[in-house]
Order: sequence, then C-alpha cells, then structure tokens
Amino acid sequence: MQATTTYKKAFIVLTLLFLLSFLLNVSLGSVSVPFDAVISALVGGDVAKETWRFIILEYRLPKAITAILAGGGLAVSGLLMQTLFRNPLAGPFVLGLSSGASLGVAMVILGAGAFGGFFGGTLVSQWSLVVASALGSFLVLLAVLAVTLRVKDTMAILIIGLMFGSVTAAVVAVLSYFSNAEQLQQYVFWSFGSLGNQSWPGVSILTACSIIGISISFSCVKSLNALLLGENYAKSMGLQIKRTTLGIILATSILAGSITAFAGPIAFVGLAVPHITRQYFKTANHLVLLPAVLLCGAVLLLLCDTVAQLPSSEYTLPINAITSLIGAPVVIWLLVRKRKLFF
Amino acid sequence: MKLKNEHSVLTAKDLSIGYPKKSENTLVASQISFSLPQGSLTGLVGANGIGKSTLLRTLTGMQSPLSGSVQLGESDITSFTPFQLANQLSVVLTEPPASKNLSVIELISLGRQPYTNWLGTLSTTDKKAVLDAMEATETRALAHRKCFELSDGQLQRVAIARALAQDTPIIILDEPTTHLDLYHRAYVLKLLKKLASEKKKTILFSTHEIDLAIQLTDTLLVMAPGGTFFGEPCQLIEQGLFDGLFPKETIHFDKKTVRFSIKK
Repeated sequence: MQATTTYKKAFIVLTLLFLLSFLLNVSLGSVSVPFDAVISALVGGDVAKETWRFIILEYRLPKAITAILAGGGLAVSGLLMQTLFRNPLAGPFVLGLSSGASLGVAMVILGAGAFGGFFGGTLVSQWSLVVASALGSFLVLLAVLAVTLRVKDTMAILIIGLMFGSVTAAVVAVLSYFSNAEQLQQYVFWSFGSLGNQSWPGVSILTACSIIGISISFSCVKSLNALLLGENYAKSMGLQIKRTTLGIILATSILAGSITAFAGPIAFVGLAVPHITRQYFKTANHLVLLPAVLLCGAVLLLLCDTVAQLPSSEYTLPINAITSLIGAPVVIWLLVRKRKLFF
Repeated sequence: MKLKNEHSVLTAKDLSIGYPKKSENTLVASQISFSLPQGSLTGLVGANGIGKSTLLRTLTGMQSPLSGSVQLGESDITSFTPFQLANQLSVVLTEPPASKNLSVIELISLGRQPYTNWLGTLSTTDKKAVLDAMEATETRALAHRKCFELSDGQLQRVAIARALAQDTPIIILDEPTTHLDLYHRAYVLKLLKKLASEKKKTILFSTHEIDLAIQLTDTLLVMAPGGTFFGEPCQLIEQGLFDGLFPKETIHFDKKTVRFSIKK
C-alpha cells in the first residue's frame, strides 16, 4: 500500500531513539561511570575499574533488558486487548492477570502474617515472589481461558476479567488487615513495580517468555486486522473467532504474566503506548502497529527507568509512579493537540 | 425468462428460520422458498420485526435454519467451512467498522483476507481487486481518508467496496440505505443494480425503501404476516401483496402510482 516509505522513516527514527535511550539508561545511575567505560564494558573490552564493569554487566544491563522486555511486552499486550475488546480503555491487565499475580504475592508476603509464620522469616526472597506471582497469574489465565471457551460474547470476558480483579483485591484487602507493618510495606513496594535486582537466569526466563508471547502476537496479525471491522465482518471473511480469541488471550497472558512476575504490576505503559503509537503511525494495520508499539513501549520504559534512577543519587523512585507521571501528561497533551482519539 | 435460463446461485428450499430453544423453538418465519439467478438484484422487504435480519443471518450461514435448506450453487450452505463460505458470499452489515481509525484503502483491502497469506500482505492480484472495487464504487478519491472523516453515504460505498474486493459471486446487504438521504439511497441502489448487471453479482439486500426497490430490483422477496412471497415487482403488485404489508388503517398502497401513503 501507500505510505510504506513514511513508515520506514518512522521506524528508523524509532530505532535510533531506542538505541539512544538504551545507552542513556545504561550510562546513568547512582554511581557515575564514564561513558567510554560503559561502552567498553558492554562490548567486552577493558574497563578501568572492576566495580564499574560489575555495575554495568550485573546490575544495569539486566535492568535495561528487563525494561525493554517489560515495556515492549506490556505495550503489545495492551494493543492486543484494545483490539480484541474494541475498547480504547483496555490494557494488558483487564483480564485480571495483575490481580492474580498480586494475590499470589499477597498470599506469600501477607499470608505469612495471616496464617501464622508459615514461611518462617518475615521478609520473603525475590524468587519466591516471582514464583508466587507467576502462579497467581497462571491460575487467573486458566480461569479466563475456561471462561473464553464457554462464553460467546467477548465483552462478557472483559467483565468477568474485571470481576476476577475485584475478588482478588478483596482477598488482598482481608490479608492486609491481618498483616503487620513490615509485611505491608514489602507488599506495597512490590506493587510499585521494580525493574532492578534482576538476576541473569531471571532475565533469560523473561526473554524466553517474551519471545513466545510476541511470536504468538505476530501470528495473530491478520486476525487482529480483521477484528478491526468487528466480529461479524471478521467471521464473514472466514476468521475463526474462538481460535483467534484464544490466541490473543494466550499471548497477552504469557507476556503480562511473566512481566508481572519479574517486575511487578507495571501500570500505564500497556494502556498508553498503543495510543501514543497510533498518533504517530497513522494506521490501524497491526503489521505496522505491532513492531512500532513494541519499540515505543521499550523506549518509554527505558526513559522512565532512567528518570526513576535519579542519576547520581542513591534513591530509586517507584517505576509505577514515574510511568504515570511522565506518561499521563504525554497522553493528555497528544489527545488535546490532535483532538481525536485514534482507535 | 432469464430466471429459467441462468442457473441459480442462492436457493432457499422450504426454509424455516428462528432461534432454537431448549423446550420449544422460536419460529420467526417458515415456508420460505426462492432462488436467485446469477446477476440478479433482489430486495428483501417487510415490516420491522418480521424477520428480515434473521433471514439474512440464516442465508449468510451465521445461524442455522430450523428446517429446510439454503443452497449455494449445488451444495448446502452447512457443507461450507467458514473459509470456503468467505469465497462464496460477502456481506455488508448495518454495524459500522469497529475501528474508525482504518483508512478507506485499509478497510477495503481487508476484504482480500480470504486470499492473502498469514500476514495479510497484498499481492498484485489483491491490489488490483482493491483498485477495481474502488473504481466501481467511486471511492478512489477517498482512499487515504480515515473512516471517522466520512459521511454515512461515503461509508456505505466503502463498505460495499470491501464486499466487492472480497470477490464473491454473492453479496448480501443488511439495510444498505438506512441513514441516507433520498439521493444517496437512490445512488446506492443504482450502484447495486449496476454491480448486478455488469459484474454479474447476485445481490440480495434488505430495505425499507419499498417504492425504490420496486423500481430498481429484478425480484423482490416480501415478508408479510401471511407468509413470504417471491417474484418480480410487477407480479407482486398485481397480486395485491403490498396492500397487506402494513396495517391498512394507517398505510395505504396505491397500485397505479406504486406509492405508499399515510391515511389521515
């Protein structure tokens, strides 16, 4: 079709922006490391100080990769959900995945108080949070898939997802009521989301999950485009709605579930990035939108994480606060300027 | 006449339509029989709630008949997979596209989905079909406009272009003239007439524009409280079918002028 050249240009700009924000993200942090040392650490050359190399390779690089995967993955699942439910308000967590994850984590952290020190120590390790969160989202995924197979109406799936969210929030509230301050603080910190403190094995598991999720998303591109006309038109063009719905939900669950497991419930990116992307790529074609959203999400989360680091200070602000602080004004500005919500 | 010469593309045999329920089926209409030859334009008329949409849904395979059969060419519609059906039959629905962010050319290109690869990329044949569809519906000038920028009349032409791009022998339209002014109603119906005669499409559309339909269609399918009738417009007028279409105390049909009028 037309405009392939303009898309090419936009993609080149976006890729450059991506590389830039990646380098920026890796170069800045609480410890200042000279830029040439950052580069040589990344390409495996000699670094003046061993601590610098350690900081770059064992802390900042896994964090940056997590930011890329989480930003891209959440944005893609947001796009999938918005198209599936034909609702611009949908995001990666409308199916209740983050609620499932938070329930899992709440069970481990807060449940320790409620059920009387079952897990021994008061503070819980990173890995048990990952497992609990993954388990929580997986159970919700199974529930949603079971519902999808029974319910005919896509909107009903949306409502049922919201109901799952309410139920889990209620359980978490009950658990919180019986917990002590320390446990509550740990739970609240988890719910802020965090990209740091990732181990390389963790990052590789997240990478594998992201690749699977994104591959399934790409295999749905044609069906997603058909859904832009509505379910009845899609059916009339030979689309098998149930199979498509299952594929889209599976991709979203794998992406959003694994990201929540490792980085916590990162809000906003999944909802906002598809809208930001649609403003620049003036198309509804998922073949263009999907890679664009992937890159945009990665860029946004990399930049947000760079800000959250508060360069040259010891503080790291909660990533969830930063994504909304930066993202919300951007979305408002875009919508006011264009006076039109593209969907 | 040509009804006998050309083979029929869409046939209904003793069709009963409605909704299956556990205890008792909800029957909407029964004993519907007709056959549409290739290249014919047929209007489906009847009062609100008489079952036009249910009939169209049954004819497009979106719901199954309670009894009787729908045949495409020689084979029963139930023997088609959704994909095979998409090669036989395209639709224009009353609902607008879910995404208004689609550009006209993107929307029309979606009609090529039954033919494109897994990514939906368009081949030269696909592009030509899209272009032809735009030519036929005079939508080429709109190609890069977004759906939210279009008027109802333009949107209807684009929807018809998408169905044309799907390149099926049969096109079924659900009330393609609603929301349109008199000029655009006539324009759309004349366009359908042209597509039927020039492109040899078999077209069935439901409508409330009975006077326009009487003037333009080859055959009419009339759903009345007393049953469903099929025939050429003049025959049906002769039979006095339109007199009983609406309650007589409110609507009067004048055979000579072929017009409905409101009784005062």
